[in-house]
Amino acid sequence: MQSLSVRSSFPWLGAFKRKAVLTTFSVLLPVLSASAMAADLTIGFSQIGSESGWRTSETESIKAEAERRGYDLKFSDAQQKQENQIKAVRSFIAQGVDGILLAPVVETGWDQVLKEAKRARIPVVLIDRGVAADSSLYLTKVASDFKEEGALAASWLAAKTNGRCNIVELQGSVGSSAAIDRKTGFDSIISNFPNMTIIRSQSGSFTRAGGKEVMESFLKAEGGAKNICALFAHNDDMALGAILAMKEAGVKPTKDILVVSIDAVPDIFKAMADGEANATIELNPHLGGPAFDAILASQKGEKVDKWIKANGPLYLPDTAAAEYAKRK
Amino acid sequence: MKNNNFLHKHQKTLAPLLSLVLIILVTASITPGFLSIQMVDGHLFGSLLDILHRATPTALVALGMAVVIGTRGIDLSVGAVIAISGAVTAVLTVNTDFPVWLVILCALGTGVVCGLWNGILVSVFNIQPIVATLILMVAGRGIAQMITEGQIVTFHSDVLDAIGNGYFLAFPIRVWIAIGMIVLTVLVMRKTALGLFIEAVGANVRASRLVGIEARLLVLSAYVFSGFCAAVSGIILAADIRGADANNAGLWLELDAILAVVLAGASLAGGRIYLLLTIVGVLIIQTLTTAILTSGLPAQYNLVVKATIILAVLLIQSPKTRQWVSAVFQKNNKGSAKS
Repeated sequence: MQSLSVRSSFPWLGAFKRKAVLTTFSVLLPVLSASAMAADLTIGFSQIGSESGWRTSETESIKAEAERRGYDLKFSDAQQKQENQIKAVRSFIAQGVDGILLAPVVETGWDQVLKEAKRARIPVVLIDRGVAADSSLYLTKVASDFKEEGALAASWLAAKTNGRCNIVELQGSVGSSAAIDRKTGFDSIISNFPNMTIIRSQSGSFTRAGGKEVMESFLKAEGGAKNICALFAHNDDMALGAILAMKEAGVKPTKDILVVSIDAVPDIFKAMADGEANATIELNPHLGGPAFDAILASQKGEKVDKWIKANGPLYLPDTAAAEYAKRK
Repeated sequence: MKNNNFLHKHQKTLAPLLSLVLIILVTASITPGFLSIQMVDGHLFGSLLDILHRATPTALVALGMAVVIGTRGIDLSVGAVIAISGAVTAVLTVNTDFPVWLVILCALGTGVVCGLWNGILVSVFNIQPIVATLILMVAGRGIAQMITEGQIVTFHSDVLDAIGNGYFLAFPIRVWIAIGMIVLTVLVMRKTALGLFIEAVGANVRASRLVGIEARLLVLSAYVFSGFCAAVSGIILAADIRGADANNAGLWLELDAILAVVLAGASLAGGRIYLLLTIVGVLIIQTLTTAILTSGLPAQYNLVVKATIILAVLLIQSPKTRQWVSAVFQKNNKGSAKS
């Protein structure tokens, strides 16, 4: 029964390979048609800023994708301010661009400027975050599904431990959508396994220092690693801090405690290559492709989903060294 | 009667100490094993040691903050200075062949320069301390990000590892560093005239100038000291996670430091600081943090619980409460004398 339920709730990994093939196709096909019909789209991109390494790689990836397709990308860095973003979008509208990519710094206050874009018949694609506005005001949202990331982590853990595991959880900043949704997704999977429980859960605020301090207290409270089978961290940085805490307490990460986290930052690949972490799930920064595809599709009058989910794959130690070299 | 006099006389000192003991006892009753201390690999191991270990960076920053507050100032930039000195430590360790002592010296020097900047703005240009240090608070993290190029720079160095997590005579090395700096500061502030001068400047600048105290230099040196303390704290925090996190290192630590100074009964209007009680204040804050982490309380309750307990401690110490308590005591005494 147990092993059956493991398999039945484990379509994630299988689906993943299928998805990878599909994405390759969906990236290739429009490129061919794009070069045939409109090689010179002009796209405006209003980015939040460069507050993290992840956001920098998102910007670079979207710029590279535009260049590869021969699009003219007008880039505007809002430096964390909504007013700058609204100004940028208005200037894109005035320039008559073919489409606008918007990574909104906050959720609210977008109705007016989105209406202006709609009136000018310019499709707006939201990047990596949503807005609290009527969905008719934008073409689509290209973003990963945090719930799926949490669910994927839980599924991997369930398969790895045959559905038996005492888990400690390092949550992200309290109240952030990434923290809430990653936890919800994770819980939704482990609730199918009576022998998988989260025995400790605390916020490490998405930071290394936070992850380390909280993991120290977990190890003290549980009397070492005896009662802990795995760590689920809402991001890699907290996992990296927790790994330090384990090593200092004489606990061997991956041997005594499994480590699974989310984001796929370069350092976690190094940790995996060194045998100190087990798995990470990529928070996909390559959102340019699907976003441009959506704009092309809308130009051809095709229907576009309101949420294009761009989830990254799960990485394991076997490819870690190569991935680290690629991302360093 | 004698007992009551003792209580009354030392109520100021006792309130923070008793609060600390009470918090530890309550936590110990909720969390089994909280008080247990073992020897592991020749060093002490347990939650109480974690509190000391984790309190070190805040204690150092609070030490500098206390001196600055003594001059009627405030230093909001310490968190940013921590990020800068941590960034300097990491980048120099990774990118240069500098020996460790030189790296540490450079990081400390960065803190001194930051303190000098604050001090000059306050004492020479007479900019209000809260505004003067706010500038570096805002700019500092940007400077740190420029130094680390926006990445978390990880490094490895045996000496720095030891500073972050090593042990000496069964105690964490960083705790020894903090004890050393605390003892030194207390000696200088209490056994020389310097401490008196600093509090005098805080209490009344004009009066102290009239009696011939060089106020400017004193204020300047207070900010330099605070910058230096923050730099030591920054090196320890970077060594702790073996990396410099420009965005998060020391984030909001200035607020914990101010709170600790105030918990100790200092006046933000200057002229009255208590160095050792400030350390007790830091321990109260850190004990709360560690207690909440080990108690298994859901993460979303952390801040409110922490704030509520700190508010309670502050209320216990407020002059109104003190008046009220001594009034009750006197009444009781009269009552018992009559019967």
